[in-house]
Amino acid sequence: MSTSVPRLELLNITKRYPTIVANADVSLSVMPGEIHAILGENGAGKSTLMKIIYGAVKADAGTIRMNGEDIAITNPAQARRLGIGMVFQHFSLFETLTVAENIALVLDEPFDLAALSQRVKQISERYGLPLDPDRRVHSLSVGERQRVEIVRCLLQNPTLLILDEPTSVLTPQAVEKLFDTLRQLAAEGVSILYISHKLHEIQALCDRATILRNGRVTGTANPREESPASLARMMIGRELPVCEAPPYLGERRPMLTVQHLNLTSAGPFGTSLHEVSLTVHSGEILGIAGISGNGQSELMAALSGEHPVHKDAVRLDSKPIGHLNAGTRRAKGLVYVPEERLGRGTVPPLSLSRNALLTAHRHGMKHWGLVRYGKARDYAEECVARFDVRGGGAGTNARALSGGNLQKFIVGREIMLKPKVMIVAQPTWGVDVGAAAVLRQALLDLSRTGVAILVVSEELEELFEICDSIAVLAQGRLSPAQPKTSLNAESVGLQMAGLFPKTPLTVHAEFDHASA
Amino acid sequence: MHLLEPRPYPSRVMRWTAPLIAVAATLIVGSMLFLALGKDPLESFHVFFVQPLESSYGWSELLIKACPLILIAQGLALGFKARIYNIGAEGQLIVGALAGGGVAIAMEGSDASWIVPAMVVAGAIGGALWGAIPALLKTRFNAEETLTTLMLSYVANHLLSYMVNGPWRDPEGMNFPQSIMFSDSALFRILLEGSRVNTSVFITLFAIVAFWIFNARSFLHFQIEVGGHAPAASLYAGFSSKRAVWLTLVLSGMTAGIAGVGEIAGPVGQLNLNISPGYGFAAIIVAYLGRLHALGIVLAGFLMALIYLGGEAAQVALQLPAAITGIFQGMLLFFLLGSDVFIDNRLRRRLA
Repeated sequence: MSTSVPRLELLNITKRYPTIVANADVSLSVMPGEIHAILGENGAGKSTLMKIIYGAVKADAGTIRMNGEDIAITNPAQARRLGIGMVFQHFSLFETLTVAENIALVLDEPFDLAALSQRVKQISERYGLPLDPDRRVHSLSVGERQRVEIVRCLLQNPTLLILDEPTSVLTPQAVEKLFDTLRQLAAEGVSILYISHKLHEIQALCDRATILRNGRVTGTANPREESPASLARMMIGRELPVCEAPPYLGERRPMLTVQHLNLTSAGPFGTSLHEVSLTVHSGEILGIAGISGNGQSELMAALSGEHPVHKDAVRLDSKPIGHLNAGTRRAKGLVYVPEERLGRGTVPPLSLSRNALLTAHRHGMKHWGLVRYGKARDYAEECVARFDVRGGGAGTNARALSGGNLQKFIVGREIMLKPKVMIVAQPTWGVDVGAAAVLRQALLDLSRTGVAILVVSEELEELFEICDSIAVLAQGRLSPAQPKTSLNAESVGLQMAGLFPKTPLTVHAEFDHASA
Repeated sequence: MHLLEPRPYPSRVMRWTAPLIAVAATLIVGSMLFLALGKDPLESFHVFFVQPLESSYGWSELLIKACPLILIAQGLALGFKARIYNIGAEGQLIVGALAGGGVAIAMEGSDASWIVPAMVVAGAIGGALWGAIPALLKTRFNAEETLTTLMLSYVANHLLSYMVNGPWRDPEGMNFPQSIMFSDSALFRILLEGSRVNTSVFITLFAIVAFWIFNARSFLHFQIEVGGHAPAASLYAGFSSKRAVWLTLVLSGMTAGIAGVGEIAGPVGQLNLNISPGYGFAAIIVAYLGRLHALGIVLAGFLMALIYLGGEAAQVALQLPAAITGIFQGMLLFFLLGSDVFIDNRLRRRLA
């Protein structure tokens, strides 16, 4: 193994799309055994760059060198032959097939399934990635699925491993395990490209970092020698914004109460809810931590009213609302910001005016069954101005807005409905740092006016930043909410793995109206 | 290598030029067809598309054929926007005609002035009921309305056949499968002397205006549109998807049913097996050709009516079979679907 020749060198890579330049003149080099971070916000061009290396996208200009030789990578199969492996953010596994079968699907050469299972076992043990090759994927946790993807790469003896935001689906403990594995691989000489926007992870794991902003390299650094603030400056071009959370001094009473909510999931691979109980008070932000797929979407459907449940299972300001649909609940003061912004929170091909009409139509926008489009436009324009929605006015189509600006519009639209309770799923998922800070502050400000807010998020740091108390949803069960001050990332992480006292399943049979 | 690539956004220009391209392509391929049949394309073209419009009688016939097409297409377009595909308007037309015809037959001999309005109401109810069956099947059993509406139009056809062969057969009709000729009190009044244009055009005219306003301004239409674009957003907003199913199927059944009464109390004047030359199916093409827009449908309806007239003229003047009408309708739909691909896609640009 040569130590002077870089394993991978990118020279002046440029990739243009019709509307944006994804990568402009990007150069970087990775040495053998190095863990190299690619740091940048959503939309900074990280994923495009990795897809170019993996042969999934062709660069318009620039040179790629591996071990000192110019190479042209035209497709992923060729990249794999060159020793490049990639673990994608979104897994591509078949739920109904076993681990070994899923791995066999991507092998280019003929294989023997029994022998393959044996190799999967060996590799998974060697790198501390315990995996049963004969289990079907649908029974695996998200962390285990990621192991399948990693083992799938390792089987091909890669010399360069690319991981795209690998920790977004892991508990803090699982993140530590993953890092051990990656360090072991690096010690054996494998180069690792680690894509992330989480500063502390990069500082814990990586030897070097290339920072991207708007498709350009804005700096190269040793992350251990930098502070989070200095890394953030390179990443977003200014100081990391902080939220202010003044104490709430107003009246405090239960606004949203969920009691013994049971819900059988509709899909075969969904998660059913068991005996979920929670209370959100006025002026309080309750966070629900946990990894998506543990009943989050089912809980959101039951709370928002998209999936009505038993009348008494959900109460708003102590009145039963469980049986009502989303529109009626909104009329009573319960608003909802869904995780899916395009296609659920907004109608993509319709203008912001019409998307204001979607949920705000009770606010004087109807007259004898006819729409007063002027009022809807006014509402949208006010929302755009008040919540700093950039990229278009009331006439712009929802799909033309960036993720962060669209989310500002949706959150703003729901806040302007003057709710009593607001439910928000993944408030800043895929949103840039600046917009995320604006959104978090908006939620904090809203709660301090006496509104009860329930936030479901995969980002623990976000929950610790804005919430008053935190509960954990794991395998369809909700842990008792605890004040944020009595918790830390580690204790929440243990609960995310399902390690918390289960609520007793006795009594209260009258609430057991699980709807299919 | 794919020839097409998706556009970042659907093209608004293409949305409205696609029908023009489809019409042009139909005309070009149509002339080639005439040529292949040994006819002079220019002359055939003249016979097909110009001759019917050279007399005022031709124009009046155009109006008679355009009216039911436009009326039905207005109702269908509403459902298509909600992605509820009622393709059985032909059956709803027939049941509407049966219901209206029932009134006419029951009131035979009376010259009460309310007979025609009663026929229209009966036709509307008949068509609405025939549309309500697929709505019930869809909301209760999740049965695909594309299949149920189509299949029910065959049922309607047999129902009509049974009625004019059985209970309602004209006793003096020499065993032809037809009802009695309706008396004047059961017919729309003729508007223009010497033509067949009657007062039923006001129904279509009213429908155009009503649908135009409804589409442009009503909250119900907005809800329907949201359901078509993004069902999840509809659920999120709390709009009832079942109500959209009922509303669109019942309303489109109703317009088709009224169109059926327009035929039997107008140009046909009785119940027989030929009360509709496929208006219910042709109206599907009209709705899409008119871009599901109330006014676009008016233009498309006249074009489709011209194809009907041209087809008749071609049979007489060029000795072509009646199937020529169907061929032109088919080509029009085919080319429309083909050009619609370019709303969401474009030709891949050559890489430099």
